[in-house]
Amino acid sequence: MTDAAMTPESARPTKSLVHEDARTKKRNATERRFRAYGIAAICTGLFFLLALLAAILSAGLPAFRQAVVEVPFTMTQEQYDEAEGAMLKTAIYTDYFITSLSDTMQAEGVQIEFDEDAVDRLLGKVGGDLRAYYRENQDQIGEQIGFELAASSRVDRYLKGTFTRDDLQSGNRFFMPEDFDLIDAMQEAGLVKQVFNWNFITGVDTGVDNPGGAGIGASVLGSFFMMLVVLVLSLPIGVAASIYLEEFAPKNRFTDFIEVNIANLAAVPSIVFGILGLAVFIQFAHLPQSAPLVGGLVLTLMTLPTIIISTRASLKAVPPSIRDAALGVGASKMQSVFHHVLPLAAPGILTGTIIGLAQALGETAPLLLIGMVGFVARYPDSFVEGFLEPNSAVPAQIYNWAARSDAVFTEKAWGGIIVLLLFLITMNTIAVILRRRFERRW
Amino acid sequence: MPVFWLTLIVLAISAVGFVLGRRRALASADGDSRNLHSLPVYYGSNAFMKSVVPALGLMFVWLLVQPLFIDNRISQMIPDAEISEGSNIGLVMSEVRRTADGLQNAVDLGLIDDETAKNARTDFTDITQRLRDAGQVVTNQITQTVLRAAQAYRAMSQTSNLLMTIAVLIVAVAGAAWGMMEGKKAFRARNTVEQGIMALLIAAASVAILTTIGIVLSLIFNTIEFFSLYPASEFFFLLEWAPSFSGRGGASSLGIIPLLWGTLYISLVALLVAVPIGLFAAIYLSEYAGPKMRGIAKPLLEILAGIPTIVYGLFALLTIGPILLSVFGDNGLGWMQGQRAVLTAGLAMGIMLIPFVSSLSDDIINAVPQAMRDGSYGLGATKSETIKQVVLPAALPGIVGAILLAASRAIGETMIVVLGAGAAARLSLNPFEAMTTVTAKIVSQLTGDSDFASPEALVAFALGMTLFIITLGLNVFALYIVRKYREQYE
Repeated sequence: MTDAAMTPESARPTKSLVHEDARTKKRNATERRFRAYGIAAICTGLFFLLALLAAILSAGLPAFRQAVVEVPFTMTQEQYDEAEGAMLKTAIYTDYFITSLSDTMQAEGVQIEFDEDAVDRLLGKVGGDLRAYYRENQDQIGEQIGFELAASSRVDRYLKGTFTRDDLQSGNRFFMPEDFDLIDAMQEAGLVKQVFNWNFITGVDTGVDNPGGAGIGASVLGSFFMMLVVLVLSLPIGVAASIYLEEFAPKNRFTDFIEVNIANLAAVPSIVFGILGLAVFIQFAHLPQSAPLVGGLVLTLMTLPTIIISTRASLKAVPPSIRDAALGVGASKMQSVFHHVLPLAAPGILTGTIIGLAQALGETAPLLLIGMVGFVARYPDSFVEGFLEPNSAVPAQIYNWAARSDAVFTEKAWGGIIVLLLFLITMNTIAVILRRRFERRW
Repeated sequence: MPVFWLTLIVLAISAVGFVLGRRRALASADGDSRNLHSLPVYYGSNAFMKSVVPALGLMFVWLLVQPLFIDNRISQMIPDAEISEGSNIGLVMSEVRRTADGLQNAVDLGLIDDETAKNARTDFTDITQRLRDAGQVVTNQITQTVLRAAQAYRAMSQTSNLLMTIAVLIVAVAGAAWGMMEGKKAFRARNTVEQGIMALLIAAASVAILTTIGIVLSLIFNTIEFFSLYPASEFFFLLEWAPSFSGRGGASSLGIIPLLWGTLYISLVALLVAVPIGLFAAIYLSEYAGPKMRGIAKPLLEILAGIPTIVYGLFALLTIGPILLSVFGDNGLGWMQGQRAVLTAGLAMGIMLIPFVSSLSDDIINAVPQAMRDGSYGLGATKSETIKQVVLPAALPGIVGAILLAASRAIGETMIVVLGAGAAARLSLNPFEAMTTVTAKIVSQLTGDSDFASPEALVAFALGMTLFIITLGLNVFALYIVRKYREQYE
């Protein structure tokens, strides 16, 4: 009996607790490794985020800058009269410009030969611009004016460093090897500078042959009209549906069905909503294709589940005592909801709505199906036409640019993404501020 | 009258109804609102509601039914002989509509007077040219039948529009008057208005059902039409995807299997990226991280979910693609031919999915009761052993649900694959090859120039139907698992 009570020699701990044995070491190493995996996972995630932001900023910021050539230019009355009297008017203006440019460069001590075609390749149709300017402002004749002329997209890219001498295999119609020397010379003379590209913000999309002039303005407006439709439709409908489901709905099969439906709709792929929009709004109801109205309708249907889910959460957060108090002083159920519960839930509803709108703003796939890509956009003439005229939206415009081959469009696409993200950040910041400001514990 | 103005006028009429209704009710109570059954505003609202709702409802229904009715009448005008080879009634009808719009434009611009637009019998070349002048895209010469039909179309639309305007205005005025007449002091205005509001609330809630019905119907009708033009067996079992847009008919091979394969393969790559990273991040955040780190890292990771997918698409095409190409391309290992590949799209999609996996898993791991962990620690287990042997098994169903939700997102994702994965449908195991997915093909089939009657365009609806059913099944299953699991500890 005593033998059994005695611990055999082999089972006795050989080391004290202060010293780790091999097995404990192993277990602790596993523990550390496991922790490291976790940290590595988070770091990888954050690294991806950083890489994404770095890619966007480094590739997109150049889109906001534009190389211009600034040339002091004086036009005398005689020159003007002579040019206007000639057969090829703009050609004469171009000649004046070339003379002026080479004078300026010689004054800076730079000697280089160039001809009309080179100016054409680097700066586009200078003569036409000059003529248009002086016909508009005849009083400016005789005075020195510093013209800022937008350089062509290849010059722009050369100055930004994305287009080098090596990239130009052989001279083509748009760019010759000697043009590089001319640009270098102009840069030496201090005639070239980088300015903020307002045209990118305010301009409209251009055809594939003019990548430098493309701007995102019209599609921002398209997105704006679309968001207006989404806001005007999805906020009232979403809030009304949530109020019914949360406050009034009896528990029966019908309301159960609605609830399951909303949960499902929130998870339906966005492209399916595009198919729905195409089949119902365009094929069936004959609404105009590519119109922000149709885009807005499709996005409304997509956003509704998001808004309903968040609105219900904020209605649920209002304590029952508020409702009871309202009912206690004689309000009807409807009055208690609309006069007391809804105002208290409003900040939460607004937050949810803004987040839903932000999602809708970035959505692209359904817009492709209803045709909001693939044409040159322009500004609508009036408010009503803003909804009905074909237009693009920011993400669709980005897709459109990304699908084109010219590298300048790629830069524009990244620039468009910066614009889009700025809008999203603004909207989300507003949502966060609202949430912070109205956060309340009952 | 344009719908926009009509709506404004109806609203104005109703506003007048509101004011009059309220005033009348107050007058009937001798100006003392205590004598009224309800607050004065309810009497006004009653008149407003009775005017706006039926009027706008009528307008909405009219606008829906009118094109159907007119199309039906006009298409009877077009003899079968007029429908040329390789065309159909739908194409002719859209030609008719275009011509009618063109006539309207031309009249608006003053190029043709109204009389000519109504009865131009001669000189069809002239009409075509004039429509072109009016900025209307007229592809070919307008035939006599089309012009006749277009004239009839325009006349009927105009009549219908006029009738609609009159009817809507009558309804609005009548409604306002009715609501106003009811405004006596004994009238239970509040109850009526609340009933009305209740009906509106229910209608709003039904929009979700209507949307679902709309999705299902639009998919089903077009899918049925597709299967009447193209055999279903080939769609489901053919191993080749090669649509031809030449309109030869029957020359296309539209097998869904290569597309499904591409979809599943890309989703698999995405999940292989997202699941380990997301899961480990969730475990670390919920078990190890202090509140400060959690407060910073979690929202930062969630930013990834808020970035629009077009950004990931561009990131895949212009950043990930070139990097992969420089490593695996001809200058590197020589495995990769182009930037667009399964791996390119899969990686970008994986990055997008990280927060979906991490946030949902984080919630679920947090829901595992502390007592279970304490029990494990009491037995001498280390933290990682507790997590691996107690917490994760307890949270497993929920985590599987989260992964399934991420998978359904991956399958339905469009922009990343449109930009990153390529357009070639092929059955291959090589992740460095370009493949294409169901969503990418839906986009390319529906953004082409083909009309909606060809199987090449209609196949998109069948693809959409398949996608809808697959993702719906996955979602329902995932939600079921997540919910069932959550109830265990509540």
